[in-house]
Amino acid sequence: MTRQSRLWFFLAAATVVAVLLVAAFLALPHFGGGFHPYGDRSVRAALAHRTANAVAAVNFDQRALDTLGEETILFAAVLGAVVLLRQIPGERQEAPRPAQVPAAVRRLGVLLLPVALLVGMYVVAHGQVTPGGGFQGGIVVATALHLLYVAVDYRALERIRPLALYEVGDVAGEAAYIVTGIAAMLAGSAFLANVLPWGTLGTLTSGGTVVVLNAAVGMEVACGVVVLLAMFLDQAVRIEESPGNSAATQGRTGK
Amino acid sequence: MTLLPYLVAGWIFLIGLYGLVTSRNMIHAVGCLSVTQSSTYVLLLAIGYRDGGTAPVYADAPTDARVVDPVVQALTLTDIVVGATVTALLLALIIQLHKRHGTLDPDELSELKG
Amino acid sequence: MNVSRLLPLVIVVPLLGAAVLALAGRRLPRIASDVVSVVFAAFSVALAVTALLGGAHGDPYVVEWLGGWRPGPGGTGVGIVLAADPMSLGLTVLTSLLVLAVLVYSWRYFEEPPRQRSGAFPALILLFQAGMCGFCLTGDLFNSFVFFELMGVVAYALTGFRVEEPRPVQGALTFGIVNSLGGYAMLLGISLLYARTGELGMAQTGRQLDGREPDALVLAAFVLVAGGLLVKAAAVPFHFWLPDAHAVAPTPVCMLLSGVMVELGVFGVARLYWTVFAGPGGVPAEAFTRTLLTLGVLTALLGTVMSWRQRHLKRLLAFSTVSHTGLFLIGVGVLTPEATAGTALYVLAHGGVKAALFACTGILLDRYASVDERELYGRARELPLVGVLFGLAGLALCGLPPFGTSLGKAVAEEAAGHTGHWLTAVFVLVSAVTGGAVLRAGLRVFLGAGPPPEEEEPLTGARVSGDEHPETGSRLRRIPGTMLAVPVVLLTGALAVGLVPQWAAAAGRAAHLFAAHDIYAAAVLDGRAGPPEGAVPAQWNAAGVLLGLLSTALGAGIALLGVRRPLAGFTEKWLGPLRRLQSGHIGDYVAWTTAGLALLAVLAAPGTVAFR
Repeated sequence: MTRQSRLWFFLAAATVVAVLLVAAFLALPHFGGGFHPYGDRSVRAALAHRTANAVAAVNFDQRALDTLGEETILFAAVLGAVVLLRQIPGERQEAPRPAQVPAAVRRLGVLLLPVALLVGMYVVAHGQVTPGGGFQGGIVVATALHLLYVAVDYRALERIRPLALYEVGDVAGEAAYIVTGIAAMLAGSAFLANVLPWGTLGTLTSGGTVVVLNAAVGMEVACGVVVLLAMFLDQAVRIEESPGNSAATQGRTGK
Repeated sequence: MTLLPYLVAGWIFLIGLYGLVTSRNMIHAVGCLSVTQSSTYVLLLAIGYRDGGTAPVYADAPTDARVVDPVVQALTLTDIVVGATVTALLLALIIQLHKRHGTLDPDELSELKG
Repeated sequence: MNVSRLLPLVIVVPLLGAAVLALAGRRLPRIASDVVSVVFAAFSVALAVTALLGGAHGDPYVVEWLGGWRPGPGGTGVGIVLAADPMSLGLTVLTSLLVLAVLVYSWRYFEEPPRQRSGAFPALILLFQAGMCGFCLTGDLFNSFVFFELMGVVAYALTGFRVEEPRPVQGALTFGIVNSLGGYAMLLGISLLYARTGELGMAQTGRQLDGREPDALVLAAFVLVAGGLLVKAAAVPFHFWLPDAHAVAPTPVCMLLSGVMVELGVFGVARLYWTVFAGPGGVPAEAFTRTLLTLGVLTALLGTVMSWRQRHLKRLLAFSTVSHTGLFLIGVGVLTPEATAGTALYVLAHGGVKAALFACTGILLDRYASVDERELYGRARELPLVGVLFGLAGLALCGLPPFGTSLGKAVAEEAAGHTGHWLTAVFVLVSAVTGGAVLRAGLRVFLGAGPPPEEEEPLTGARVSGDEHPETGSRLRRIPGTMLAVPVVLLTGALAVGLVPQWAAAAGRAAHLFAAHDIYAAAVLDGRAGPPEGAVPAQWNAAGVLLGLLSTALGAGIALLGVRRPLAGFTEKWLGPLRRLQSGHIGDYVAWTTAGLALLAVLAAPGTVAFR
């Protein structure tokens, strides 16, 4: 289709969809209304299991299979990125060039790194008590490591990022979630049941298996995102086409 | 107006689709896909809102406090992770697309037809 | 041990296998990775079969509330339920068997980059299996969205696997964008349902909707969720991603995509309707039938027509899958248990046949570095076994008795015939022409039949040419035993579906339980077992056999005619505009997807919100 015809075709279809959506929104319950039966039940269930953060209770206790699926999607995306961004024949790896960075910036980066890491791990550890948790904290930990890339250069980052270790951590996080679920089965209950002692509301070890699953997800997300970013950064910084090959790819793109 | 949050969600969905249809650059297209996905966050969170409700975290709120719906927030968290990972995978494909084809313009990607 | 406790393991065992392979794949040699993956896949086949048989001897519904969150009185709970009726367990078994076949097919001969990561490909296949099994078994709407996205993410990565070539990345990208849009539309619909009913489980939502009248919100929710599932099912006009993805994906991945993933979209639509929208407060039966029959017939006819003029064998098979999706949608849309049973048998047998066809095409690709019908003209005379398998599979697609495809088609078209005799004609015509296209390709490639292709044939409309790279690294000199054994086993399975009467009877019982709104809700929420009596006779009858023979004869005749090419110019003129629609441009595909949502809304509105 030409650009014009495509646009008009889309606008006609979008008008119908817009009418449908508006008619549906008019029939929705009032914004801010009080009809949340599932929400009320889940709050009661969260408090019964002494988990102060009801969202964490929903994620890791009541609807833990959803979180397993979500963690697996991240695992699959990391694996997929590793496969898709691999070095292909005809490319080679160049050593990254060192960057000239003012000493003050370097010092700031090196000083901030442990602080940011600590904040990330704090967010992970307190997921069952305050807003936060494995996913959020894991992302903070992963990006905290990349402070060295931002403040210094890629070679510094590679020194604190032995990739094999992080891939193992990624797999370990995924496996830990599954093993916790199976352990609940072996303890006589159902898969992913909350079989650990629930503790006191508002303390660091409240919530039973929520603590364990939170930590597993935190490790998986942190290590997975580091691997993911490593693949992208390698493509940008390290992987180059071998000089003899540019003609070959020229021929291909000219097809 | 109590319809506004829902209308915003609908608008974001449709404008993201518009961006996808008229895109001239695949990175822009994947960005439009993310925009389309944000409409799901807005709709979910708008549905979960309760007038005068606070965050469903009981660390310093009394256990009978009026809270917004925590289920919807959990769903949105899951949705965000799903969206981020899909975007990452699509961007990885785009890197390789640029290296193989030399272009990111959908009009010039003509390998698969008929 | 209670068989329902095993249900989460069906999903979890492939996940564990993927984790082990991702970890150990760096150190293990290829053979060890392959063995580990096959062991995990076989284990999960065993689990799925145990669950299916366990259900057959006791309560047919296997229901497991995860985490022990059993619902209170009236079904008000907070947990996620895995609700497996015999139909979804059967699909799970089909999925697991196909994954096992795929892993054996790619055993040691599939060139597996990257170096030192030999476990990556089987790990992704096992993750794909986990996503598909989870989608079949779940009884919760948001959980099905999560597994839908898991299936999608793994499929995008697998489709774009061969990043050294330009086409796979483009095909994977359009696949990714269109399917993700479908997923987000599905999530919008689920949010609307949650706002109205306050529930996320399928049974709970259905029960809540029962108490009210349908209105614009119910219509919008149906359009959005069904639209997302129909994108996965590759129904017209959501189908544009499928031929592009199949043309470029590695052969084992094509076997899974066509064999079972697309069918899960059809299953999802049927499951959605029967559990959520089949009551008095949902979409009325006439509106649903009208919607699905229209889309089904359009899909079947378009897929047929587009498959006929394809030179690229994988794209030909992809359009054949599209046309069969149309037939499955017609079978589901007719809404009778008989049609559902026929469709279930058809899906089972079609999975085996289509996967066998892709397996044979993969052998051709690895041997001759081409999947173009003209380039391969006559070259495969030296592979008689593969030729026989290809021909048998093509005849099975036409509907030759006693293959399972013929039985399923016979039952479904008889049931559809009660709604309108022209539907029976559609079944016969579509299966004849798509089977004929496959047979024509087989005759050209394996027998060298018909006039040899002219060299200066004008390429009217860009065709996807066939210069491909073999997936095994270099051209095969000798076809390995595993690559030959897999299509043999798959075709035998498809034959068994038609010959084993117990399986047909089981499909009849499963359909009776599946196509019933109240039985599902009672089983999941109240723990009441479905009525054990009552089944649909799904068996051969004279009319079915005759129609099967008729469509086979038609298909063979069309193939012989096609080999001689008397009407080439004529068909080209009429099909040209249609072929230009499949443009490879992402903007076009997204515009068509939006149009599809609009079409669904227009088809389903009368009866739901208007003219009540």
